[in-house]
Amino acid sequence: MDTDDHDITVSVNGVRYKRRVESRMLLSDFLRHDLALAGTHVGCEHGVCGACTVLLDGQPVRSCLMLAVQAETHEISTIEGLTDKDGAYHPLQQAMHDHHGLQCGYCTPGILMTMTAFLEENLSPSEDEVREALSGNLCRCTGYQNIVDAVMAAAQRMRG
Amino acid sequence: MKPAPFKYIAAASLEHALSLKAEYGDDAKFLAGGQSLMPTMNFRLAQPAILIDLNRIESLGGIRPGDAGGARIGALTRYRNLERDAGFARMFPLIAEALPHIAHPQIRNRGTIGGNLSHADPASELPAIMLALGARFHIQTTKQTRSVEAPDFFLGALTTDLQPDEMLVEVELPLSKPRTGSCFMEVARRRGDFAIVGIAVMMTLGNQDECTHIRLTFCGVGETPIDASSAADHLIGSAPTEKAICDVAASVQAMIDPGGSVHATADYQRHVAGVLTERALQTAFQRARDGH
Ligand SMILES: Cc1cc2nc3c(=O)[nH]c(=O)nc-3n(C[C@H](O)[C@H](O)[C@H](O)COP(=O)(O)OP(=O)(O)OC[C@H]3O[C@@H](n4cnc5c(N)ncnc54)[C@H](O)[C@@H]3O)c2cc1C
Ligand code: FES
Ligand code: FES
Repeated sequence: MDTDDHDITVSVNGVRYKRRVESRMLLSDFLRHDLALAGTHVGCEHGVCGACTVLLDGQPVRSCLMLAVQAETHEISTIEGLTDKDGAYHPLQQAMHDHHGLQCGYCTPGILMTMTAFLEENLSPSEDEVREALSGNLCRCTGYQNIVDAVMAAAQRMRG
Repeated sequence: MKPAPFKYIAAASLEHALSLKAEYGDDAKFLAGGQSLMPTMNFRLAQPAILIDLNRIESLGGIRPGDAGGARIGALTRYRNLERDAGFARMFPLIAEALPHIAHPQIRNRGTIGGNLSHADPASELPAIMLALGARFHIQTTKQTRSVEAPDFFLGALTTDLQPDEMLVEVELPLSKPRTGSCFMEVARRRGDFAIVGIAVMMTLGNQDECTHIRLTFCGVGETPIDASSAADHLIGSAPTEKAICDVAASVQAMIDPGGSVHATADYQRHVAGVLTERALQTAFQRARDGH
Protein backbone atom coordinates (compact mmCIF):
# COMPACT_ATOMS: atom_id res chain seq x y z
CA MET A 1 0.00 0.00 0.00
CA ASP A 2 1.27 3.49 -0.81
CA THR A 3 1.97 5.43 2.33
CA ASP A 4 -0.29 8.38 3.02
CA ASP A 5 2.24 11.24 3.05
CA HIS A 6 1.62 14.90 3.71
CA ASP A 7 3.79 18.00 3.32
CA ILE A 8 3.63 20.05 6.48
CA THR A 9 5.06 23.28 7.81
CA VAL A 10 5.38 23.33 11.58
CA SER A 11 6.82 25.97 13.85
CA VAL A 12 8.76 24.53 16.78
CA ASN A 13 10.32 26.88 19.32
CA GLY A 14 9.96 29.68 16.78
CA VAL A 15 11.76 27.82 13.96
CA ARG A 16 9.76 26.83 10.89
CA TYR A 17 10.32 23.33 9.57
CA LYS A 18 9.02 21.94 6.28
CA ARG A 19 8.84 18.16 6.21
CA ARG A 20 7.06 15.32 4.48
CA VAL A 21 5.44 12.96 7.02
CA GLU A 22 3.32 9.87 6.91
CA SER A 23 -0.11 10.54 8.42
CA ARG A 24 0.39 8.01 11.21
CA MET A 25 3.55 9.74 12.48
CA LEU A 26 2.90 10.85 16.07
CA LEU A 27 3.93 14.38 16.96
CA SER A 28 6.21 12.95 19.67
CA ASP A 29 8.08 10.80 17.14
CA PHE A 30 8.21 13.64 14.63
CA LEU A 31 9.91 15.88 17.18
CA ARG A 32 12.34 13.21 18.31
CA HIS A 33 13.20 11.42 15.07
CA ASP A 34 12.60 13.92 12.25
CA LEU A 35 13.65 17.10 14.05
CA ALA A 36 16.17 15.46 16.42
CA LEU A 37 14.57 17.26 19.36
CA ALA A 38 14.86 14.30 21.69
CA GLY A 39 14.26 16.29 24.87
CA THR A 40 10.58 15.41 24.58
CA HIS A 41 10.39 11.99 26.21
CA VAL A 42 8.07 9.11 25.46
CA GLY A 43 6.91 6.91 28.33
CA CYS A 44 3.62 5.25 27.58
CA GLU A 45 2.17 6.45 24.26
CA HIS A 46 -1.34 6.37 25.59
CA GLY A 47 -1.65 9.65 27.37
CA VAL A 48 -1.08 8.51 30.93
CA CYS A 49 2.46 9.45 31.93
CA GLY A 50 2.88 13.02 30.69
CA ALA A 51 6.56 12.62 29.72
CA CYS A 52 5.74 13.73 26.16
CA THR A 53 3.97 16.98 27.16
CA VAL A 54 4.68 19.89 24.81
CA LEU A 55 2.92 23.22 24.32
CA LEU A 56 0.49 23.60 21.43
CA ASP A 57 -0.09 27.32 20.94
CA GLY A 58 0.99 27.81 24.54
CA GLN A 59 -1.16 25.09 26.09
CA PRO A 60 0.26 21.80 27.42
CA VAL A 61 -0.87 18.73 25.47
CA ARG A 62 0.25 15.12 25.03
CA SER A 63 2.42 14.92 21.91
CA CYS A 64 1.88 11.13 21.80
CA LEU A 65 -1.86 11.70 21.26
CA MET A 66 -1.45 14.09 18.34
CA LEU A 67 -0.43 13.40 14.78
CA ALA A 68 2.40 15.40 13.28
CA VAL A 69 0.09 16.40 10.40
CA GLN A 70 -2.21 18.02 12.92
CA ALA A 71 0.56 20.39 14.02
CA GLU A 72 0.46 22.10 10.61
CA THR A 73 0.04 25.87 11.11
CA HIS A 74 0.39 25.54 14.89
CA GLU A 75 3.14 26.74 17.20
CA ILE A 76 4.83 23.96 19.19
CA SER A 77 7.11 24.61 22.15
CA THR A 78 9.40 21.94 23.57
CA ILE A 79 11.90 21.70 26.38
CA GLU A 80 14.68 22.72 23.98
CA GLY A 81 13.15 26.20 23.78
CA LEU A 82 12.77 26.79 27.50
CA THR A 83 16.10 28.45 28.24
CA ASP A 84 16.45 32.04 27.10
CA LYS A 85 18.55 33.05 24.10
CA ASP A 86 21.90 33.02 25.94
CA GLY A 87 21.16 29.66 27.48
CA ALA A 88 20.15 30.90 30.95
CA TYR A 89 17.75 28.59 32.77
CA HIS A 90 14.07 29.39 33.12
CA PRO A 91 13.39 30.17 36.80
CA LEU A 92 11.61 26.81 37.15
CA GLN A 93 14.59 24.94 35.67
CA GLN A 94 16.81 26.67 38.19
CA ALA A 95 14.42 25.89 41.03
CA MET A 96 14.20 22.21 40.00
CA HIS A 97 17.98 22.12 40.18
CA ASP A 98 18.12 23.90 43.53
CA HIS A 99 15.40 21.78 45.14
CA HIS A 100 16.45 18.41 43.70
CA GLY A 101 13.22 18.19 41.75
CA LEU A 102 14.60 15.41 39.57
CA GLN A 103 16.50 12.18 39.90
CA CYS A 104 16.57 10.12 36.69
CA GLY A 105 15.11 13.07 34.78
CA TYR A 106 12.83 11.06 32.54
CA CYS A 107 9.67 12.89 33.58
CA THR A 108 11.35 16.29 33.83
CA PRO A 109 10.80 17.75 30.34
CA GLY A 110 7.08 17.00 30.54
CA ILE A 111 6.86 18.47 34.01
CA LEU A 112 8.72 21.62 33.01
CA MET A 113 6.46 22.19 29.99
CA THR A 114 3.34 21.60 32.09
CA MET A 115 4.37 23.73 35.03
CA THR A 116 5.90 26.66 33.13
CA ALA A 117 2.58 27.01 31.27
CA PHE A 118 0.77 26.75 34.61
CA LEU A 119 2.93 29.52 36.11
CA GLU A 120 2.19 31.75 33.11
CA GLU A 121 -1.42 31.71 34.22
CA ASN A 122 -1.06 31.52 37.97
CA LEU A 123 1.93 33.16 39.61
CA SER A 124 0.55 32.85 43.14
CA PRO A 125 -0.57 29.24 43.31
CA SER A 126 -1.40 27.34 46.47
CA GLU A 127 0.37 24.04 47.03
CA ASP A 128 -2.91 22.26 46.27
CA GLU A 129 -3.20 24.03 42.93
CA VAL A 130 0.35 23.00 42.09
CA ARG A 131 -0.42 19.36 42.90
CA GLU A 132 -3.59 19.51 40.82
CA ALA A 133 -1.65 20.94 37.87
CA LEU A 134 0.99 18.23 38.31
CA SER A 135 -1.56 15.42 38.45
CA GLY A 136 -1.09 14.51 34.80
CA ASN A 137 2.65 13.89 35.07
CA LEU A 138 3.99 10.71 36.61
CA CYS A 139 7.35 10.72 38.36
CA ARG A 140 8.64 7.38 39.62
CA CYS A 141 11.66 8.78 41.46
CA THR A 142 11.10 11.91 43.49
CA GLY A 143 7.84 11.38 45.33
CA TYR A 144 6.79 14.79 43.96
CA GLN A 145 7.50 16.79 47.12
CA ASN A 146 10.66 18.37 45.76
CA ILE A 147 8.93 19.18 42.49
CA VAL A 148 6.15 20.95 44.37
CA ASP A 149 8.75 22.84 46.40
CA ALA A 150 10.54 23.86 43.20
CA VAL A 151 7.36 25.17 41.59
CA MET A 152 6.45 27.16 44.71
CA ALA A 153 9.97 28.62 44.83
CA ALA A 154 9.94 29.47 41.12
CA ALA A 155 6.57 31.18 41.51
CA GLN A 156 7.93 33.28 44.34
CA ARG A 157 10.99 34.23 42.32
CA MET A 158 8.96 35.08 39.25
CA ARG A 159 6.66 37.31 41.31
CA GLY A 160 9.83 39.26 42.08
CA MET B 1 3.37 1.34 19.85
CA LYS B 2 2.28 3.11 16.71
CA PRO B 3 -0.96 3.39 14.80
CA ALA B 4 -1.54 1.14 11.79
CA PRO B 5 -1.52 3.01 8.44
CA PHE B 6 -4.58 5.06 7.55
CA LYS B 7 -5.57 7.84 5.21
CA TYR B 8 -5.82 11.23 6.91
CA ILE B 9 -8.24 13.87 5.71
CA ALA B 10 -8.60 17.23 7.45
CA ALA B 11 -12.24 18.14 6.88
CA ALA B 12 -12.61 21.75 5.77
CA SER B 13 -16.23 22.11 6.84
CA LEU B 14 -19.06 20.26 8.53
CA GLU B 15 -20.52 19.39 5.11
CA HIS B 16 -17.15 18.02 4.02
CA ALA B 17 -16.81 15.87 7.14
CA LEU B 18 -20.36 14.52 6.77
CA SER B 19 -19.96 13.70 3.10
CA LEU B 20 -16.73 11.82 3.84
CA LYS B 21 -18.50 9.86 6.58
CA ALA B 22 -21.42 9.13 4.24
CA GLU B 23 -18.93 7.81 1.71
CA TYR B 24 -16.76 5.70 4.02
CA GLY B 25 -19.17 4.75 6.84
CA ASP B 26 -17.65 2.44 9.43
CA ASP B 27 -14.26 2.41 7.69
CA ALA B 28 -13.82 6.02 8.75
CA LYS B 29 -13.58 7.60 12.18
CA PHE B 30 -13.89 11.21 13.18
CA LEU B 31 -10.84 12.54 15.00
CA ALA B 32 -11.87 15.13 17.60
CA GLY B 33 -9.58 15.66 20.61
CA GLY B 34 -7.95 12.29 20.00
CA GLN B 35 -7.68 11.66 23.75
CA SER B 36 -9.56 8.35 23.52
CA LEU B 37 -9.13 7.51 19.85
CA MET B 38 -5.34 8.00 19.65
CA PRO B 39 -4.52 5.71 22.60
CA THR B 40 -6.66 2.94 21.07
CA MET B 41 -4.99 3.50 17.69
CA ASN B 42 -1.52 3.49 19.27
CA PHE B 43 -2.41 0.11 20.77
CA ARG B 44 -3.92 -0.92 17.42
CA LEU B 45 -7.18 -1.74 19.17
CA ALA B 46 -8.69 0.62 16.60
CA GLN B 47 -7.44 0.53 13.01
CA PRO B 48 -9.66 2.87 11.01
CA ALA B 49 -8.84 3.01 7.30
CA ILE B 50 -9.76 6.69 7.12
CA LEU B 51 -9.38 9.40 9.74
CA ILE B 52 -11.54 12.48 9.29
CA ASP B 53 -10.00 15.28 11.36
CA LEU B 54 -12.65 17.68 12.68
CA ASN B 55 -10.25 20.10 14.33
CA ARG B 56 -10.31 22.71 11.58
CA ILE B 57 -14.09 23.07 11.64
CA GLU B 58 -14.37 26.14 13.82
CA SER B 59 -18.16 26.28 13.62
CA LEU B 60 -18.32 22.96 15.50
CA GLY B 61 -16.88 24.48 18.68
CA GLY B 62 -18.30 26.97 21.14
CA ILE B 63 -21.28 27.63 23.36
CA ARG B 64 -24.36 29.48 22.18
CA PRO B 65 -27.63 30.33 23.85
CA GLY B 66 -30.28 27.64 23.51
CA ASP B 67 -34.03 27.86 23.42
CA ALA B 68 -35.72 29.03 26.61
CA GLY B 69 -32.50 30.19 28.24
CA GLY B 70 -30.46 26.99 28.10
CA ALA B 71 -27.23 26.50 26.20
CA ARG B 72 -26.07 24.63 23.12
CA ILE B 73 -22.55 23.24 23.20
CA GLY B 74 -20.86 22.50 19.89
CA ALA B 75 -19.35 19.02 19.61
CA LEU B 76 -15.81 20.33 19.18
CA THR B 77 -15.94 22.47 22.33
CA ARG B 78 -13.04 21.39 24.51
CA TYR B 79 -13.27 20.72 28.23
CA ARG B 80 -10.95 23.64 28.74
CA ASN B 81 -13.38 26.04 27.03
CA LEU B 82 -16.06 25.11 29.54
CA GLU B 83 -13.64 25.18 32.46
CA ARG B 84 -12.63 28.74 31.70
CA ASP B 85 -16.08 30.15 31.04
CA ALA B 86 -17.29 31.67 34.31
CA GLY B 87 -20.76 32.39 32.92
CA PHE B 88 -21.14 28.78 31.86
CA ALA B 89 -19.98 27.57 35.27
CA ARG B 90 -22.66 29.70 36.95
CA MET B 91 -25.31 28.32 34.64
CA PHE B 92 -24.22 24.69 34.96
CA PRO B 93 -22.40 24.30 38.28
CA LEU B 94 -22.84 20.52 38.02
CA ILE B 95 -20.58 20.44 34.96
CA ALA B 96 -18.11 22.90 36.47
CA GLU B 97 -17.82 20.71 39.56
CA ALA B 98 -17.19 17.57 37.49
CA LEU B 99 -14.65 18.93 35.00
CA PRO B 100 -11.59 18.77 37.30
CA HIS B 101 -12.31 15.06 37.77
CA ILE B 102 -12.02 14.40 34.04
CA ALA B 103 -8.46 13.37 33.27
CA HIS B 104 -5.71 16.00 33.57
CA PRO B 105 -5.18 19.57 32.38
CA GLN B 106 -3.20 18.43 29.31
CA ILE B 107 -6.02 16.08 28.29
CA ARG B 108 -8.71 18.66 28.98
CA ASN B 109 -6.88 21.08 26.70
CA ARG B 110 -7.63 18.73 23.76
CA GLY B 111 -10.57 16.50 24.68
CA THR B 112 -13.97 17.56 23.35
CA ILE B 113 -17.53 17.26 24.60
CA GLY B 114 -18.67 15.57 21.38
CA GLY B 115 -15.77 13.11 21.48
CA ASN B 116 -16.42 12.24 25.10
CA LEU B 117 -20.13 11.58 24.56
CA SER B 118 -19.65 9.71 21.28
CA HIS B 119 -17.02 7.54 22.94
CA ALA B 120 -19.57 6.73 25.68
CA ASP B 121 -17.26 5.29 28.29
CA PRO B 122 -19.59 4.14 31.09
CA ALA B 123 -17.07 5.27 33.71
CA SER B 124 -16.92 8.77 32.23
CA GLU B 125 -18.43 11.64 34.16
CA LEU B 126 -20.16 13.58 31.38
CA PRO B 127 -22.65 10.96 30.15
CA ALA B 128 -24.10 10.64 33.67
CA ILE B 129 -24.22 14.42 33.91
CA MET B 130 -26.10 14.63 30.62
CA LEU B 131 -28.75 12.30 32.08
CA ALA B 132 -29.01 14.41 35.22
CA LEU B 133 -29.36 17.64 33.25
CA GLY B 134 -31.86 16.25 30.75
CA ALA B 135 -29.66 16.98 27.74
CA ARG B 136 -30.77 16.56 24.14
CA PHE B 137 -28.26 15.48 21.49
CA HIS B 138 -28.38 16.91 17.97
CA ILE B 139 -27.16 14.53 15.29
CA GLN B 140 -26.54 15.19 11.62
CA THR B 141 -25.87 13.43 8.31
CA THR B 142 -25.54 14.93 4.83
CA LYS B 143 -29.26 14.38 4.39
CA GLN B 144 -30.96 14.98 7.71
CA THR B 145 -30.78 16.17 11.27
CA ARG B 146 -32.41 14.52 14.25
CA SER B 147 -32.19 14.78 17.99
CA VAL B 148 -32.37 12.24 20.82
CA GLU B 149 -32.73 12.51 24.58
CA ALA B 150 -29.67 11.48 26.58
CA PRO B 151 -31.13 8.17 27.86
CA ASP B 152 -31.78 7.04 24.28
CA PHE B 153 -28.29 7.96 23.14
CA PHE B 154 -26.25 5.67 25.40
CA LEU B 155 -26.98 2.08 24.41
CA GLY B 156 -24.11 0.16 26.01
CA ALA B 157 -20.44 0.30 26.93
CA LEU B 158 -18.76 2.40 24.21
CA THR B 159 -21.97 2.08 22.18
CA THR B 160 -24.31 4.89 21.19
CA ASP B 161 -27.28 5.41 18.93
CA LEU B 162 -24.99 7.07 16.32
CA GLN B 163 -25.23 5.43 12.88
CA PRO B 164 -22.17 5.00 10.60
CA ASP B 165 -22.97 8.15 8.59
CA GLU B 166 -23.88 10.33 11.57
CA MET B 167 -22.10 12.97 13.61
CA LEU B 168 -23.01 14.35 16.99
CA VAL B 169 -22.95 18.08 16.27
CA GLU B 170 -24.41 19.75 19.34
CA VAL B 171 -25.62 19.12 22.87
CA GLU B 172 -28.53 21.12 24.17
CA LEU B 173 -28.83 21.75 27.90
CA PRO B 174 -32.03 23.14 29.41
CA LEU B 175 -31.75 25.88 32.01
CA SER B 176 -32.42 24.55 35.48
CA LYS B 177 -35.30 25.90 37.54
CA PRO B 178 -34.79 28.43 40.35
CA ARG B 179 -33.92 26.90 43.75
CA THR B 180 -32.04 24.01 42.18
CA GLY B 181 -28.97 22.63 43.89
CA SER B 182 -26.54 20.31 42.17
CA CYS B 183 -23.68 18.12 43.29
CA PHE B 184 -21.08 15.96 41.56
CA MET B 185 -18.84 13.61 43.54
CA GLU B 186 -16.67 10.67 42.63
CA VAL B 187 -14.27 8.16 44.04
CA ALA B 188 -11.36 7.26 41.76
CA ARG B 189 -8.05 5.56 42.43
CA ARG B 190 -6.12 8.72 41.66
CA ARG B 191 -7.01 12.26 40.71
CA GLY B 192 -7.97 12.27 37.04
CA ASP B 193 -8.67 8.56 36.75
CA PHE B 194 -12.00 7.28 35.53
CA ALA B 195 -14.57 6.96 38.31
CA ILE B 196 -14.93 3.78 40.37
CA VAL B 197 -18.25 5.39 41.24
CA GLY B 198 -19.40 8.89 40.34
CA ILE B 199 -22.71 10.55 41.19
CA ALA B 200 -24.56 13.55 39.79
CA VAL B 201 -27.53 15.08 41.59
CA MET B 202 -29.95 17.84 40.60
CA MET B 203 -32.51 18.79 43.27
CA THR B 204 -35.16 21.50 43.03
CA LEU B 205 -37.01 22.84 46.07
CA GLY B 206 -40.33 24.63 46.43
CA ASN B 207 -41.07 27.57 48.73
CA GLN B 208 -41.34 25.38 51.84
CA ASP B 209 -38.05 23.63 51.00
CA GLU B 210 -40.05 20.66 49.79
CA CYS B 211 -38.35 18.73 47.03
CA THR B 212 -40.18 19.21 43.72
CA HIS B 213 -37.75 17.61 41.29
CA ILE B 214 -34.87 15.21 41.68
CA ARG B 215 -32.39 13.58 39.36
CA LEU B 216 -29.82 11.12 40.57
CA THR B 217 -27.43 9.49 38.10
CA PHE B 218 -24.25 7.44 38.27
CA CYS B 219 -21.17 6.68 36.24
CA GLY B 220 -18.91 3.66 36.63
CA VAL B 221 -21.55 1.25 37.94
CA GLY B 222 -22.97 -0.25 34.75
CA GLU B 223 -22.63 -0.61 30.99
CA THR B 224 -24.12 2.85 30.48
CA PRO B 225 -24.58 5.86 32.72
CA ILE B 226 -27.32 4.86 35.18
CA ASP B 227 -30.38 6.94 36.01
CA ALA B 228 -31.33 6.02 39.58
CA SER B 229 -33.78 8.89 40.06
CA SER B 230 -36.62 6.52 40.85
CA ALA B 231 -34.78 5.51 44.04
CA ALA B 232 -35.41 9.08 45.22
CA ASP B 233 -39.08 9.32 44.25
CA HIS B 234 -40.22 9.36 47.86
CA LEU B 235 -38.26 12.56 48.51
CA ILE B 236 -40.74 14.48 46.35
CA GLY B 237 -43.22 16.57 48.33
CA SER B 238 -41.31 17.16 51.55
CA ALA B 239 -37.98 18.54 52.72
CA PRO B 240 -35.46 15.69 52.61
CA THR B 241 -34.70 14.41 56.10
CA GLU B 242 -31.59 12.48 57.04
CA LYS B 243 -33.68 9.32 57.35
CA ALA B 244 -35.25 9.79 53.92
CA ILE B 245 -31.82 10.31 52.39
CA CYS B 246 -30.50 7.12 54.02
CA ASP B 247 -33.45 5.28 52.51
CA VAL B 248 -32.52 6.57 49.06
CA ALA B 249 -28.98 5.29 49.55
CA ALA B 250 -30.29 1.85 50.46
CA SER B 251 -32.61 1.81 47.43
CA VAL B 252 -29.72 2.82 45.18
CA GLN B 253 -27.60 -0.02 46.56
CA ALA B 254 -30.37 -2.48 45.83
CA MET B 255 -31.01 -1.06 42.38
CA ILE B 256 -27.54 -0.88 40.81
CA ASP B 257 -25.61 -3.82 39.48
CA PRO B 258 -21.96 -2.77 39.24
CA GLY B 259 -19.57 -5.04 37.38
CA GLY B 260 -16.56 -4.85 39.66
CA SER B 261 -12.97 -4.90 38.41
CA VAL B 262 -9.47 -5.64 39.63
CA HIS B 263 -9.48 -2.20 41.25
CA ALA B 264 -12.82 -2.39 43.01
CA THR B 265 -15.14 -5.29 43.73
CA ALA B 266 -18.84 -4.95 42.97
CA ASP B 267 -19.55 -4.91 46.72
CA TYR B 268 -17.14 -2.05 47.24
CA GLN B 269 -18.70 -0.12 44.37
CA ARG B 270 -22.15 -0.68 45.85
CA HIS B 271 -20.96 0.51 49.24
CA VAL B 272 -19.36 3.63 47.78
CA ALA B 273 -22.50 4.37 45.75
CA GLY B 274 -24.50 4.41 48.99
CA VAL B 275 -22.06 6.69 50.77
CA LEU B 276 -21.87 9.09 47.83
CA THR B 277 -25.67 9.12 47.54
CA GLU B 278 -26.02 10.34 51.12
CA ARG B 279 -23.30 12.97 50.77
CA ALA B 280 -24.37 14.26 47.39
CA LEU B 281 -28.06 14.50 48.32
CA GLN B 282 -27.23 16.41 51.51
CA THR B 283 -24.97 18.76 49.61
CA ALA B 284 -27.42 19.36 46.78
CA PHE B 285 -30.19 20.02 49.33
CA GLN B 286 -28.07 22.58 51.20
CA ARG B 287 -27.08 24.30 47.98
CA ALA B 288 -30.67 24.47 46.77
CA ARG B 289 -31.80 25.88 50.12
CA ASP B 290 -28.96 28.39 50.43
CA GLY B 291 -29.16 29.43 46.81
CA HIS B 292 -25.82 28.43 45.34
C1 LIG C 1 -4.81 9.55 30.67
C2 LIG C 1 -6.24 9.78 30.33
C3 LIG C 1 -7.17 9.88 31.35
C4 LIG C 1 -8.52 10.09 31.05
N1 LIG C 1 -9.39 10.20 32.09
C5 LIG C 1 -10.70 10.44 31.82
C6 LIG C 1 -11.65 10.58 32.86
O1 LIG C 1 -11.32 10.53 34.04
N2 LIG C 1 -12.94 10.80 32.52
C7 LIG C 1 -13.34 10.89 31.20
O2 LIG C 1 -14.51 11.10 30.94
N3 LIG C 1 -12.47 10.77 30.20
C8 LIG C 1 -11.16 10.55 30.47
N4 LIG C 1 -10.29 10.42 29.42
C9 LIG C 1 -10.80 10.45 28.03
C10 LIG C 1 -10.95 11.87 27.52
O3 LIG C 1 -11.94 12.55 28.27
C11 LIG C 1 -11.31 11.95 26.04
O4 LIG C 1 -11.01 13.27 25.67
C12 LIG C 1 -12.72 11.73 25.64
O5 LIG C 1 -13.20 10.50 26.12
C13 LIG C 1 -12.87 11.69 24.11
O6 LIG C 1 -12.94 12.96 23.58
P1 LIG C 1 -12.02 13.37 22.35
O7 LIG C 1 -12.50 14.68 21.87
O8 LIG C 1 -10.62 13.28 22.76
O9 LIG C 1 -12.45 12.29 21.26
P2 LIG C 1 -11.63 11.36 20.25
O10 LIG C 1 -10.66 10.54 21.00
O11 LIG C 1 -11.14 12.16 19.13
O12 LIG C 1 -12.83 10.45 19.73
C14 LIG C 1 -13.46 9.47 20.55
C15 LIG C 1 -14.46 8.69 19.70
O13 LIG C 1 -15.59 9.48 19.36
C16 LIG C 1 -15.72 9.63 17.95
N5 LIG C 1 -16.15 11.01 17.74
C17 LIG C 1 -15.47 12.13 18.13
N6 LIG C 1 -16.21 13.22 17.89
C18 LIG C 1 -17.38 12.80 17.34
C19 LIG C 1 -18.56 13.47 16.90
N7 LIG C 1 -18.70 14.80 16.99
N8 LIG C 1 -19.58 12.73 16.40
C20 LIG C 1 -19.46 11.36 16.32
N9 LIG C 1 -18.37 10.68 16.73
C21 LIG C 1 -17.34 11.38 17.24
C22 LIG C 1 -14.37 9.29 17.39
O14 LIG C 1 -14.46 8.80 16.06
C23 LIG C 1 -13.90 8.22 18.36
O15 LIG C 1 -14.47 6.99 18.04
C24 LIG C 1 -8.94 10.22 29.69
C25 LIG C 1 -8.01 10.13 28.66
C26 LIG C 1 -6.66 9.90 28.96
C27 LIG C 1 -5.68 9.80 27.84
S1 FES D 1 4.18 9.19 26.30
FE1 FES D 1 2.59 10.61 26.01
S2 FES D 1 1.60 10.56 27.91
FE2 FES D 1 3.05 8.98 28.14
S1 FES E 1 12.90 11.96 38.09
FE1 FES E 1 12.75 9.90 37.47
S2 FES E 1 10.71 9.75 36.81
FE2 FES E 1 10.78 11.73 37.65
